[in-house]
Amino acid sequence: MYKFLARRLLATIPVLAIVAVLVFLMLRLTPGDPAAILAGDAANTDQIARIREGLGLDRPLIVQFGIWAKSILSGDLGESFYFKMKVTALIGQRLEATVSLAVLTIIVAVSTAVPLGVLAAWRFGGWFDRMLMGFSVMGFSVPVFVLAYILIWIVSLKLGWLPVQGYKPIGEGFWPFLKHLILPAITLSVIYIALIARVTRASVLEALGEDYIRTARAKGLPESRVLIRHALANAAVPIVTVIGIGIALLIGGVVVTESVYAIPGLGRLTVDAVLARDFPTIQGVILFFSVVYVMINLLVDLSYVFFDPRIRY
Amino acid sequence: MKIHRIAAAFSLVALAAALMPAALAQAQSQERVLRIVPHSNLAILDPIWTTAYMSRNHGYMIYDTLFGTDEKAQIKPQMVESWTESPDHRLWTFKLRKGLEFHDGKPVTGEDVVASLARWGKRDSMGTALMTFVERMDAPAPDSFRLFLREPCGFVLEALGKPSSNVPFIMPKRVAETDAFKQIEEYVGSGPYIFKRDEFKPGDKAVYLKNTKYVPRKEPASGSTGGKVVYVDRVEWNLALRDAQAQVNALQKGEVDIIEQLSFEHFETVKKDPTLQLPAFDTLGLQYMARFNHLVKPFDNVKVRRAVLAAFSEEPFLKAQVGVKELYRTCPSMYTCNTPYASAVGSEIQSKSNMKIAQELLKTSGYDGTPIVVMKPTDLASIQKLPDVAAQLLRQAGFKVDLQAMDWQTLVGRRAKKDPIDKGGWHMFLTAWQAHDIWNPIANAAFDTRGEKSGWFGWASDDKMMELRGQFMRETDEAKKKKLAEAIQVRAFEIGTHVPLGEFRAPMAASRKVSGFFVSNGNLYWNLKKN
Repeated sequence: MYKFLARRLLATIPVLAIVAVLVFLMLRLTPGDPAAILAGDAANTDQIARIREGLGLDRPLIVQFGIWAKSILSGDLGESFYFKMKVTALIGQRLEATVSLAVLTIIVAVSTAVPLGVLAAWRFGGWFDRMLMGFSVMGFSVPVFVLAYILIWIVSLKLGWLPVQGYKPIGEGFWPFLKHLILPAITLSVIYIALIARVTRASVLEALGEDYIRTARAKGLPESRVLIRHALANAAVPIVTVIGIGIALLIGGVVVTESVYAIPGLGRLTVDAVLARDFPTIQGVILFFSVVYVMINLLVDLSYVFFDPRIRY
Repeated sequence: MKIHRIAAAFSLVALAAALMPAALAQAQSQERVLRIVPHSNLAILDPIWTTAYMSRNHGYMIYDTLFGTDEKAQIKPQMVESWTESPDHRLWTFKLRKGLEFHDGKPVTGEDVVASLARWGKRDSMGTALMTFVERMDAPAPDSFRLFLREPCGFVLEALGKPSSNVPFIMPKRVAETDAFKQIEEYVGSGPYIFKRDEFKPGDKAVYLKNTKYVPRKEPASGSTGGKVVYVDRVEWNLALRDAQAQVNALQKGEVDIIEQLSFEHFETVKKDPTLQLPAFDTLGLQYMARFNHLVKPFDNVKVRRAVLAAFSEEPFLKAQVGVKELYRTCPSMYTCNTPYASAVGSEIQSKSNMKIAQELLKTSGYDGTPIVVMKPTDLASIQKLPDVAAQLLRQAGFKVDLQAMDWQTLVGRRAKKDPIDKGGWHMFLTAWQAHDIWNPIANAAFDTRGEKSGWFGWASDDKMMELRGQFMRETDEAKKKKLAEAIQVRAFEIGTHVPLGEFRAPMAASRKVSGFFVSNGNLYWNLKKN
């Protein structure tokens, strides 16, 4: 187990190094000049050149990479060209909103999708199963912003129950925090409910066809116990995998939802940084996302041990 | 059982009584907070280091200016109480008004002014032009400063009262002594608001508190002049709310008070909503412009540029881009219409244009069929339709067109390149200028015809134009200045520096709870009350 952990952690080093080099090169090779953006519309070419010089963008590529790599190795993601702040501080400012939204979305999605998926598998081919499959297709197909506008129109503008936009940190009170996140979390969770419910249904369906389920039923166990204790527990591995990927995707930024609901999260930070060609911020944020992906995948892998005792590392 | 019910009822009453004052206090405090959705994100806090409008607007909140420009484009004193000009026009002496104080409690002195002007003079176009005349500056007394000029200069007050980027904001000397090419790190001004640095989160919010020690002028607010009276305790800029529909939703729900720049698509919705208003704060608006790259073929040929001038009548651009009739107007001038130097002289090529003239001009120009690279920003709603109209009109005139879509920031980076077309160069981009940025020959960047050396993107080159601009800078007689400004415009149409494409107002939307809007011709947030 510990060997596996050490091996996986060591494997992240080349992954992150490759990500770092690729991101650095891609940003330098795509069009757009951070200096021209920073200088503003009325600036002339001389002023832009001076700003470029000040940012160190006139230096050879290898020198720029060397400076950046050195600072990363010392734990510093650099300073944003655009926001004039440490990238780590910028990520820190945005992390709470994104993590809060991700956690709430996953709670809503899992608590809704898993029971629905189990029920659909149990009533395979029945009206409930068909309805759930129909909802899944709809959940995948309706664009997030359409759903967001519909929810805002009904819940916020017509009924006046929840705010239209914004985010309040949990430090400003639990209810203000929660009421600003309910609509974004519902909006986002729809697609995850559709995904997790389908995977749950398929996995549980497969498990229900196994011999041990027949044995459990033959022993006279109640159907609920058969479904939860035997079928669902054995079908957990793919479900947990999908949930893990979902969390990673959510933390990786949900740009449209953050834009429509004006949530200052990592998704918006990434978009702002890309639009401003803010190289240090883009590089830092992508490296951070890479670490999150690697860590969540690692946690998912480790969780397999608990769900399936046959798995050993 | 009964006792329990009575206890429960008492508890509820007690709870309500406890919550009521808090709710009332919150409602009252909301009335003292003005919540604004600015037109963009605020990232750079140094309004001298960048020309970005958001940084300029931030500057107006916390800094004060020596002079300002009123709604009729007249220069009026702001921090200055009085001034004199020597008979030979070479010595200007200014006296500051009493009660000027920075947010750190220190008085504003002539030395602060001198340091601020020196830094601004290294960055701003008018500032650098002014500094070519300035031999030296000094502060003979704490409440005064002087400009010693090498020769008479006709735009001293216009430069000091310049209302748009870069505005000569006055900072404390220790801040203003920062290298002009490095950003300042301390945001202390003497303006009507104090910047809450600890609450600033770029991409989320910027907060300003009322400067209770600010002494406003007695005149009514007008443009960037007059009394900057603050009636609210706190102004919050919502930097996260960028989606146009979400902005309108938030305004309708009462979660924000002002949308600085309403999208044209939502104009009618807001107009019909009895709880909302469309304040007439901007009588001048913005002017659209098509800019040539004068360095590359075929736009190095004046005949080709004039063919475009003939082809580009303004109405199609305005109709396609703005759409709302009451928000746009055609304008034959290269200066903002309804400002002192605006006139129609020289504009016949465009105003009497038709396609036949354009086609004939192009035929005689020797145009070899080179495709014209028109850069189209796909993510900037306020100008993204203009390139489509330009491409269509160019095709009708006989040009081949290569319409290239890109995001605005790519365009901004690419337009700074002087490379040939096959190495990533360009022929034309279209943009919009705020009124204040183009209303005189010095501020108008498109009239900088110093060529490749230092001009604005497009790098027009014309010695005669530079000579006329030089004369304008030296001229102190207003009537003669007007004549020179007209001559410059005539020359600009002759050589085709660029093509003006009409003017429009970017509408502001606000809750009816907000009153006190004035003609600011900019995004200035004083004088406003919230009921």
